[in-house]
Amino acid sequence: MARVVVDVMLKPEILDPQGQAVQRALPRLGFEGIADVRQGKRFELEVEGPVDEAALARIHEMAETFLANTVIEDFTVRVDS
Amino acid sequence: MTARVGVVTFPGTLDDRDTQRAVRIAGLEAVPLWHRDKDLKQVDAVVLPGGFSYGDYLRAGAISRFSPVMESVIDRAKSGMPVLGICNGFQVLTESHLLPGAMLRNNHLHFICRDQKLRVENADTAWTSDYEAGQEISVPLKNIDGRYVADERTLDELEAEGRVAFRYLDGNPNGSLRDIAGITNAEGNVVGLMPHPEHAVEPLIGTGRTDGLGFFTSILKKLVNA
Amino acid sequence: MSLDTVKHAAETPEDAQPWAELGLKEDEYARIREILGRRPTGAELAMYSVMWSEHCSYKSSKVHLRQFGEKAPENDALLVGIGENAGVVDVGQGYAVTFKVESHNHPSYIEPYQGAATGVGGIVRDILAMGARPVAVMDPLRFGAADHPDTKRVLPGVVAGIGGYGNCLGLPNIGGEVVFDACYQGNPLVNALCVGVMKHEDIHLAKASGAGNKVILYGARTGGDGIGGVSVLASETFDDSKPTKRPAVQVGDPFQEKLLIECTLEIFRENLVDGIQDLGGAGLSCATSELASAGSGGMRVELDTVPLRDSSLSPEEILMSESQERMCAVVEPGKVDRFLEICEKWDVIATVIGEVTDGERLEIFWHGEQIVDVPPRTVAHEGPVYDRPYARPDWQDTLQADDANALPRPQTPQELREQVLKVVSSPNQASKSWITDQYDRFVQGNTVLAQPEDSGMVRIDADTNLGVAVATDGNGRYAKLDPYAGAQLALAESYRNVAATGARPLAISNCLNFGSPEDPAVMWQFAEATRGLADGCLALGTPVTGGNVSLYNQTGETAIHPTPVVAVLGVIDDVERRTPMAFREEGQLLYLLGDTREELGGSAWSQVIHDHLGGLPPKVDLEREKLLAEILISASRDGMIDAAHDLSDGGLVQAVTESCLRGGTGARLIVPDGLSAFTFLFSESAGRAVVSVPRSEELRFSDMCGARGLPATRIGVVDGESLDVQGHFELPLGELRSAYEATIPSLLA
Repeated sequence: MARVVVDVMLKPEILDPQGQAVQRALPRLGFEGIADVRQGKRFELEVEGPVDEAALARIHEMAETFLANTVIEDFTVRVDS
Repeated sequence: MTARVGVVTFPGTLDDRDTQRAVRIAGLEAVPLWHRDKDLKQVDAVVLPGGFSYGDYLRAGAISRFSPVMESVIDRAKSGMPVLGICNGFQVLTESHLLPGAMLRNNHLHFICRDQKLRVENADTAWTSDYEAGQEISVPLKNIDGRYVADERTLDELEAEGRVAFRYLDGNPNGSLRDIAGITNAEGNVVGLMPHPEHAVEPLIGTGRTDGLGFFTSILKKLVNA
Repeated sequence: MSLDTVKHAAETPEDAQPWAELGLKEDEYARIREILGRRPTGAELAMYSVMWSEHCSYKSSKVHLRQFGEKAPENDALLVGIGENAGVVDVGQGYAVTFKVESHNHPSYIEPYQGAATGVGGIVRDILAMGARPVAVMDPLRFGAADHPDTKRVLPGVVAGIGGYGNCLGLPNIGGEVVFDACYQGNPLVNALCVGVMKHEDIHLAKASGAGNKVILYGARTGGDGIGGVSVLASETFDDSKPTKRPAVQVGDPFQEKLLIECTLEIFRENLVDGIQDLGGAGLSCATSELASAGSGGMRVELDTVPLRDSSLSPEEILMSESQERMCAVVEPGKVDRFLEICEKWDVIATVIGEVTDGERLEIFWHGEQIVDVPPRTVAHEGPVYDRPYARPDWQDTLQADDANALPRPQTPQELREQVLKVVSSPNQASKSWITDQYDRFVQGNTVLAQPEDSGMVRIDADTNLGVAVATDGNGRYAKLDPYAGAQLALAESYRNVAATGARPLAISNCLNFGSPEDPAVMWQFAEATRGLADGCLALGTPVTGGNVSLYNQTGETAIHPTPVVAVLGVIDDVERRTPMAFREEGQLLYLLGDTREELGGSAWSQVIHDHLGGLPPKVDLEREKLLAEILISASRDGMIDAAHDLSDGGLVQAVTESCLRGGTGARLIVPDGLSAFTFLFSESAGRAVVSVPRSEELRFSDMCGARGLPATRIGVVDGESLDVQGHFELPLGELRSAYEATIPSLLA
């Protein structure tokens, strides 16, 4: 079975409170040199059948309508080899 | 002569003032502790209160666990100082590995606020000696990350050693394994639970019950009569 | 693009500007040119357009809102009135309470979670800016039909957003409403209320005085959030066709807000600020122009010092950004260091961005070049005012003639029983605990009463037991039938709810949710409702302390029901004397207070059984409401009643059902002489409450009602395991409870 990965991230211009809180904590823990942190979600989809263009289009649609909230989030779809 | 109980405030802690009030109602002296301060101000015990420290970002309790005050709390806890973690405080204790297991999002994915019935399973800890083993109490429960999980071996160990301190009754509110609402370490000085005893200490307020007061009178007896 | 400086604007009077795209009318743009004596710079245009939008300027509603001041009752309790961030009321013992209700309707439709969350954040900052510690929140909510698929998108998101934000701030959520009606399908109403408490001497106002004082921006960094949100989102109906350069959705960070609250309260304790303003709609444009116009001098701001989350933002965008969790303070130079130190303690970013000047202008600079030079009052307060045409719609008579009292009624006891079950299990009448259990009502350890009680009540002094109670109510169906009466009924119900818990009503706040002011019928509804509310407040002696207007709540030509939501604040000297709603003691006597008439217009029964809206709403009698309130308060103070519950939508049967289920006890009811069982159970006559009286107090209580002239009818007794309407039907509590509690989870969970 093939695996397709959908990464969902807040759009760059949208505030990411979680990422900011993590970034601010890093220097206190001795991890220097990190200018910014943004936190996202990763979905791993086990696809039945071939991952052809049609299947990817369906997954794209799924990501756009369901996995991501495109009002505030971007997403990428890629086949995990 | 009474005992001094420290109440830690992390950024995003919510129940610090309520916990201080509960400590005072039980006849103890409440000492505010600040997360950046390693100095525990000669307290005899510490409560890590509820809230959303650091917004619960990353994981509940994950960032607070690394604050300077926790270095001292962890040290003193290991040498026997009583520590109680309530809700977010319980999450900090598991992230600190003072207590085993972890807390995940409730199985129904919602925040839940309700009066929750519990059974006190272990009345021999520093924080539960004023209860009877098997006693049923009701205190408010309010959280979104309250589902207690641990691996089977740890759960079996907790059960065998009597370290499940509280169990949910009348319906598991969040999918916690084996209905676990709170646990203790082997020595009985470190106790953590998700429900909020500090919100059940005055008859007029909240659910109108005072079932939570026993946590604070237990520690008073332990510290003052010791 | 090169910077549009004041100098450049003066030299290029003919440059075309996008005033129309920014929502300005041609004459409004001309007026700006006239005020400035030249064309505005891009930054100035941004400020004027956003501040002159309906949402910020109240340009369509102002002429009607004036009545709240003109007709205000004499009331010594009012310490700060309309015009500030929120009104402030004296509650005794040196305490002052501030409260306000606001709308976040349009953002919550687009992005339910964040829209509702930032609505909570905004109102909490309003209360904080007055100098108060926020102590409770409430949310009056209205959604489309409960079984509509989009309600399943909007409602859970809104509820999770309110909980996600409010719970994280540590503010108990103690009341509010959830109403379903198809008229809110494309326009859910998400109103948010916050109550705060302070000592009299801690009241702070939004003003900038004292030349040389520093202007400090603190809290979150400024990003592209909600740019144009105020003017585009709140002032026009949706248009999907226009792509936006920046997202109009603001994302809230409740953790940052919690830090801002604690940091600000510590700053207040050390008396470090002269004036303070929160940043909400219109962001820095609003904060700087309002602070500068309220003070004695002018203000100079170096806009390039504002800490940014997105370094590509233009000065116009920085001025319009609605990034959340920001505040602006005016601080004497000698106190700046301490101010910054406290901010650092709480991990809050704080930056001196300007200072108060001895001039009269608001001047804003970008890397040394001047981009704004305006009289601040013209931005903040002297915007356009419209007296829009209004006319009673021609369908109003037809609507009122469609009498609900003439609808077919149940013919048999069996049918009556079925209709009772149908009404109490209908989405509007059913238990809302699936929703309200997602809110923390216990945090802060001062909650005396919370939903579903008639009003929320919190203790504000643990030594004296002084407390405050707040209730919110609104009934769009009544207001549609008669906006004047509908607004008064909302006021009366909220007032009654506060009194039912034993608190004395002191003042009100309101959130007026209406359709487009450009429709004369809607404008008539608005004019009637504001007139009704102002007259009602005068009659009840409860001044309006502030509030909010939300217009353009409509989809295409169809407006929502006019929905004035009224919040009443009351005080109780000793929270131990509060009256809860639950019937608890078997054997106690049930009394119905007030008069029951055949009044079914707009009723829950007419909606649930006949899907009908027509006729007239219940009659309003504010003198009677006052008398009822006095009786309820006296009875609570003197320990004559153990439970009280107001009668409103759903009528007596709804109230008795709720009180029985809350206490886990049954009730035996006898239909009084002269009333049909149907009218007794379902009529929605106003000015009524049901109370549970211990037998030992019966004589004293009925004597008091008799002496003061309040009709009090003994209707039954607390008893058994069922709701037993004698001679008609019996409903076991178990059956009643499952009907009442199952509806909302089955629709939404």
